[in-house]
Amino acid sequence: MLSKMRGYLLVGIMCLALLGVAAWLTLTPAPAFAQDPAVTEEAAAVSASPAVTTTIPTMSGNLDVAAAASLTECFTEMATQLEGANPDLKITFNFAGSQQLAQQINQGAPADVFASANKKQMGVAIESGRIVSGTEQIFTSNRLVVVYPVDNPAKIATLHDLAKPGLHLVLAAAEVPVGQYSIEFLDKAAQDPDFGATYKDDVLKNVVSYEQNVKAVLSKVVLGEADAGIVYSTDAATDKEGKSVVMDIPNALNSVATYPIAVLSDSPQPELAQTFVDYVLSPAGQEQLAAFGFITVVK
Amino acid sequence: MTSRAKSLKLTSPFASGDPFNGLWRYLSMPLLAFVAVPLVALLVQATPSELIAGLQSEAVREAIWMTAFTTPISTALCVLIGTPVALMLSRKQHAGYYVADTIVDLPTILPPSVAGLALLLAFGRHGLVGSPLFTLFGIRIAFTPVAVILAQTFVSVPFYIKSAAIGFASVNRALKEAACLDGCGPWELFRYVTVPIAWPALVSGGVMCWCRAIGEFGATIIFAGNYPGRTQTMPLAIYIGFEMSLDTALTLAIILMGFSFFGLLVVKMLLSKYAARP
Repeated sequence: MLSKMRGYLLVGIMCLALLGVAAWLTLTPAPAFAQDPAVTEEAAAVSASPAVTTTIPTMSGNLDVAAAASLTECFTEMATQLEGANPDLKITFNFAGSQQLAQQINQGAPADVFASANKKQMGVAIESGRIVSGTEQIFTSNRLVVVYPVDNPAKIATLHDLAKPGLHLVLAAAEVPVGQYSIEFLDKAAQDPDFGATYKDDVLKNVVSYEQNVKAVLSKVVLGEADAGIVYSTDAATDKEGKSVVMDIPNALNSVATYPIAVLSDSPQPELAQTFVDYVLSPAGQEQLAAFGFITVVK
Repeated sequence: MTSRAKSLKLTSPFASGDPFNGLWRYLSMPLLAFVAVPLVALLVQATPSELIAGLQSEAVREAIWMTAFTTPISTALCVLIGTPVALMLSRKQHAGYYVADTIVDLPTILPPSVAGLALLLAFGRHGLVGSPLFTLFGIRIAFTPVAVILAQTFVSVPFYIKSAAIGFASVNRALKEAACLDGCGPWELFRYVTVPIAWPALVSGGVMCWCRAIGEFGATIIFAGNYPGRTQTMPLAIYIGFEMSLDTALTLAIILMGFSFFGLLVVKMLLSKYAARP
């Protein structure tokens, strides 16, 4: 009898614990990388426009695309549309930092298409011999912005404030394209007398973490763990809940990130891969990129 | 013994205690090779001179120092806070046993990235615990070596507790009662009876825990971030090295592997000696 009661007690405790966890989960704000309904809604609106749906090419088969982390939302939406119009088509993405994708391609990872966030990592893939030099095409570009949490714990008002002692700044690692562009921005600013020669060093002293891709930088800002971070404007735009505030970096100091795309030379289905690349470069694909805040480059 | 059993014993391969005459030895080869071949592949990839050159890089030395500095602390923390839990779990008589046992098991089966995210949401600046810590005392845990130690402790403590609990449970009750009759207080009982008998289990649990802490990656990179010389431990440097300089990654990978292999080997041999002692 006693042991039976103990059993009920146990089950009760477990249920309470589960309830507690559930309550905690609902009360805790969802992290930034959770699927944002606003993005889907907006994308659905785009897909409904007839101008886009009529230009979807006929495709079938399984396509592997290695794409920079900053393309996650946009390419996922493109794939949804392409797959919707082509029932036999399955597009599988490998989203990661471009430098990681380039290394994976170097090591023989299977992929049909590589979309990099900078020319350098495309160059690494070309050196590996799996992409023929000259076949890569620039399909979009992006720019840097500073993001900080909406409660602005470090009271950032201007770019100068990034050099304030004690600020907790999160950057992408220098190996990641966006990290490289961030360093370029700091270099340019340090040459600008308005910022002063020590600006770069002062800002770098505030870095608390070098993250592995641009999404991780944004997540730490959205969670309020970092006082500021530097990301692409397109990534900043994915925070639809308004947990972060965007501060522009003027053109003179900004670096324009150019994104090359190419078909891998050993792709078992070069035509399918090329159709995807052509779609990205087509007016419909460019319209999609623009809808996610990218700067279109193909006229 | 009946004559039938005797004849069975004489004719069957059970005589040697091994009904398959060493067949297991051959059947175990695929798995051993499966684990060993990638490790050997790492070793043959780098020459000793490359290893030494790798060791001279600042990034490698900082990563080794970070690991050497944080893992003993996290292991000590595991022993300190894990021992009471192990003692509790070694006596299965209370209502909370299964709940506590499951809580202890959880870090082992959770993906380390989930552990990292959970730690960030608990101890981050806006976390359940981190928020009052920050507003009241200005203490910030994320992105510091403290976060590295917490991540390692979280992920590795089950290895110690599980082993220690089995060790404590193996202490004969009669022995403890006899010690009490002879005038042992609770502390003396623990210090001179329980711990010495459970010692091999405590040591092997501690070493497993330490090795797990050395290898900890996922929770660290999310909770503590990645900053060379502050939170970048060896596994983080290996991950980033894979993207930047393969030499750094290889050097650290070989050191990590060598240390873990010989660390575990030495402990296992010491323990077998200890167990063999009368």
